[in-house]
Amino acid sequence: MEKARSNVVAICLFMLPAAALFTVIIIVPIIMSSYYSLLDWDGITKGVFVGLENFVQLFKSKTAGFPKTLFNVSVLALLSVVIQLPLALFLAIVLGRGIKGEVFFLSVFFIPVLLSTTVIGQLWSKIYNPDYGILNVTLRALGLDHLTKVWLGDQKTALIAVFIPILWQYVGYHMLIMYAGIKSISPELREAARIDGATEGQLARYVTIPLLKPVLRTSIIFSVTGSLKAFDLIYILTNGGPAHASEVPSTLMVSMIFNRNRYGFGSAIAVMIIFLCFLVAIVLRKLMKTEEVV
Amino acid sequence: MKKMKKSPVNILLYAFLGLWTAIQLFPLYWMLTFSLKDNNEIFGANVIGIPHVWRWENYTSVLTRGKVGTYFLNSVLVTGATIVLTSIVALMATYAMTRMIWKGRRLANNIVMLGLTVPIHTAILPIFIILRSLKMTNSYQALIVPYSAFALAMAIMICSSLMEGIPRELEEAAFIDGCSIYGIFWRIILPLMRPAIATISIFTYLQSWNELMFATIFISDSNYRTLTVGIQTLSGSYTTDWGPIGAALVVATFPTLIIYAFMSNKIQESLVIGAVKG
Repeated sequence: MEKARSNVVAICLFMLPAAALFTVIIIVPIIMSSYYSLLDWDGITKGVFVGLENFVQLFKSKTAGFPKTLFNVSVLALLSVVIQLPLALFLAIVLGRGIKGEVFFLSVFFIPVLLSTTVIGQLWSKIYNPDYGILNVTLRALGLDHLTKVWLGDQKTALIAVFIPILWQYVGYHMLIMYAGIKSISPELREAARIDGATEGQLARYVTIPLLKPVLRTSIIFSVTGSLKAFDLIYILTNGGPAHASEVPSTLMVSMIFNRNRYGFGSAIAVMIIFLCFLVAIVLRKLMKTEEVV
Repeated sequence: MKKMKKSPVNILLYAFLGLWTAIQLFPLYWMLTFSLKDNNEIFGANVIGIPHVWRWENYTSVLTRGKVGTYFLNSVLVTGATIVLTSIVALMATYAMTRMIWKGRRLANNIVMLGLTVPIHTAILPIFIILRSLKMTNSYQALIVPYSAFALAMAIMICSSLMEGIPRELEEAAFIDGCSIYGIFWRIILPLMRPAIATISIFTYLQSWNELMFATIFISDSNYRTLTVGIQTLSGSYTTDWGPIGAALVVATFPTLIIYAFMSNKIQESLVIGAVKG
């Protein structure tokens, strides 16, 4: 059997399709992107090697607006950590206690996660529609005409208007991960704390949340790196506009490459996104590990 | 377990859960109702109520006049092929990576982990250039192959954890009975991996059914367009007529909701496994 397990032909046959897919679609493109990021290239004529000039421009150029996109995703990451995750945690704790209708609520809260972002984007763009959207219609009906806005077209509100659906969509996802984590905590532990007279609040504070730390860490890393990659909903709702107000790195990358033919500059953004995702994941892991030791 | 009492706290709690249910479901409800209304109702006469007149013609109009039928079939085809390809490739690779003995296994594992963290968007330009030079933009494989590659890392993670649980004695016994390594994979391992295939299918379905960026950029010919992009273009051409757009949104959503209605447990479970592994 050991001999059969080290059959070289069989190993190659089994690995070949996966290796080919990975190489062609993931590894080679990363190398290509890194190379393109060093070029001044419009995609048609031959590219000129410019070294790190594109990266310098990313941070120096005022018109390209890359620093602005970093600021915007930081806001998104912050909002998801301070609004989305606590909300998800609260729901998970409440449902994890085993209340009536637990399964119903769990299933319903999870529905937005499954929906296509295109559908969600279309729906929210209609909610925000300045003339007929539910939001403005409701405000008018309440006599609050002065609060109505062109939500997605106003530089002041575009960013937050785009972030709300993003946060809204994934509350259920984090809730479910946390809920599963809570359910895997041994019931005896919670029962013991109850017998000792712990209130529901104390139970959450001293038993559930500390035991949930690994799950919470996963959730935080997911929501922060997820923010860095945010694309679909922003692309549909505002495409980064008006005047870069809701621009994020990935929308800027796509418009640089496919609308303005700045292939080199766009690739530099792609490389930055990969770099930031890795960096953030590593830093967060480190940070939260030390915290646990304390 | 302590019995729930009708304390003020609990009433507040249920009020909150009820409110959140409304917030999560309202856009869906609104979509269903406005897909059956005309502009007159949507824009003023009856903004959030049940339609006064149920205008099914919105659906017939969108399914016959637009190309939503084609888009739908394209999405089914692309998603189906992606699921099949991802599952087969992942199962084969996982078998080699968990059960067979060779140098470089660890390296292969690390590369898979890398694939898990790389954001799909950043590969878009190189893949586009590769596809363009192969004259493969505007084809089904332009989507199926990249979708499978990006679903592969997660699929392998899911397979590994299940394959670890299959006792090696089963393979040994089959081997003694004269089964080849391929026979072992095909007759012993594959049938036992059904739960993993279900999990992979759910993951891959959600990923490729809903994907927008690749589908927008790699496909310009409307004959190959998938639903997500189709709806985007449709809403551009129907800007003033919301009913049919609503109908198209419902058409894009109902397969997911039907699958969810029948398999909500399995789906929830699958996505949690993915998160914990990832």
